[in-house]
Amino acid sequence: MKCEGKVWKFGDDIDTDLIIPARFLNVSDEKSLAENCFADVRPGFAQNIGPGDIIVAGRNFGCGSSREHAPIAIKGVGISMVIAKSFARIFYRNAFNIGLPIVESEAAVDVISEGDWVSVDLEAGTLKTENDSESFVIQAIPAFMREIIRAGGLVDYVKQRGLK
Amino acid sequence: MPMTITEKILAAHAGADSVMPGEIIQVDVDLALANDITAPLAIEVFYKLGTQEVFHKDKVALVPDHFVPNKDIASAEQAKTMRLFARKHQITHYFEPGESGIEHVILPEKGLVVPGDLVMGADSHTCTYGALGAFATGVGSTDLGVVMATGQTWLKVPPTIKLVYEGTAGPWVGGKDLILRALGLLGVDGAAYKALEFSGPTIKDLSMDQRFTMANMAIEAGAKNGIFEPDQITKDYAEPRSSRKQVCFSSDPDAVYERTVHIDVNSLEPQIALPHSPDHVRPLSKVDPVRLDQVFIGSCTNGRMEDLRAAADILKGRSVAGDTRLIVIPGSPDIYREAVRDGIIETLLDGGAVIGPPCCGPCLGGHMGVLAAGEKALSTTNRNFVGRMGHPTSEIYLSNPSVAAASAVLGRIGGPGEL
Repeated sequence: MKCEGKVWKFGDDIDTDLIIPARFLNVSDEKSLAENCFADVRPGFAQNIGPGDIIVAGRNFGCGSSREHAPIAIKGVGISMVIAKSFARIFYRNAFNIGLPIVESEAAVDVISEGDWVSVDLEAGTLKTENDSESFVIQAIPAFMREIIRAGGLVDYVKQRGLK
Repeated sequence: MPMTITEKILAAHAGADSVMPGEIIQVDVDLALANDITAPLAIEVFYKLGTQEVFHKDKVALVPDHFVPNKDIASAEQAKTMRLFARKHQITHYFEPGESGIEHVILPEKGLVVPGDLVMGADSHTCTYGALGAFATGVGSTDLGVVMATGQTWLKVPPTIKLVYEGTAGPWVGGKDLILRALGLLGVDGAAYKALEFSGPTIKDLSMDQRFTMANMAIEAGAKNGIFEPDQITKDYAEPRSSRKQVCFSSDPDAVYERTVHIDVNSLEPQIALPHSPDHVRPLSKVDPVRLDQVFIGSCTNGRMEDLRAAADILKGRSVAGDTRLIVIPGSPDIYREAVRDGIIETLLDGGAVIGPPCCGPCLGGHMGVLAAGEKALSTTNRNFVGRMGHPTSEIYLSNPSVAAASAVLGRIGGPGEL
């Protein structure tokens, strides 16, 4: 699986209230949530995403609330993946469960800037910056999580294994 | 093999003799929880799975509390989705306003969580139940939908950080200050993916209300769960509330901890979290006397009986400052009733507070006290992220209820000692 696009760079501790403020949680459909993604801190974010664009962020991305609406909004807006130094644990599970690819790479995040072009090959575990100027080996996704992704998310994973 | 209390509860629910940090396990869930924001998505997942029935109608709790009583048509539709699901599946623990309150206040109150339980909730503050010696953690709606269908989920066994509180807390210092101090030391991701075990001599005398406040904010350090070993105080609270089997686990003396952090509370002042992060913590004496537009006392962190009592003790015979609004929200109808009976509500009203119905209120910026541009608030809640309670340029400070009440009277951040 490959993701390629322009980078939107964020800092550390990007919480779920920033990703989708609670006042927009009176609905749960992907389109409405996407329209208000990062509405307060990056007005116009949702309207300026190009196909495949990538979020690159610092430590503890997605901290705070358990709202699955956060990864849904990010996926819905057209972001193909999130690369961060680390992810908060509930966001991490939610992203896999809804099929939003996320990877951790401390080194890559340090050298990537806003507006850079980045391509990631999740199977090969590689990340390349514009014109292949730099390349990084990205952390392998745990085998158990890979099975969930391969199934197409948690719902299909559970369906394939059969309900008890 | 020696184990921590967290490891013992996980092993018991995985059908294993022992578990090790890092191990991925499949566990049986005693209670699955969702609210009016997270349930609609979980219900969608539940139906996508093709399931006909919930795994156990007594083991699912659905609590309308975030935008209830409904603030607009869209939120009313979400609450309706949950209500209809609850009726269709004859969910035992679904509550309408009047009986309902804040999920993390009413579930322990109604005896729906007991020591030794494993609880999965589609709300990050599900970790609150760790105060009862249960393993409780927040998940998203998809995970919760699967739990509602199967009664099971997977977990990675967390390593544990042990917090040892020593010494005697001074006046106006309580559970909120003990946890804020820990957050200041650990940072917002200092316990990420880990268990936080609260221990030490100071903890032995803490009431359940104080313990709920502390366990509630474990997530603010990124923790998977926060937990207390059950003792007589826990038993006195939990046993009369439930006839279910209660298992009081405790950590083995030689259990392995990732690290141990000692916190001396002898000289601990009330703690304040400054904007915009719950780990941006300073002692009260080092905080500027910031002028306040609003003070909020309530939430799953500090909306319990002792919290309201502490606020009323300060407000008695005093009034809220002219340029400041004070909003108080009891966490449950039972708390509300007791506060009325004991004259606490009258004291708060006489002091100039407005009292809201039991719900999450302004904590998450939904309704009942949303902040305007540039406004400053002191709140007894758990998060002060940018825009959490309203406009992105508003600012939130976090404190305990005594400091919040005193600050409402002063019209600025200050302590009860200044009154």
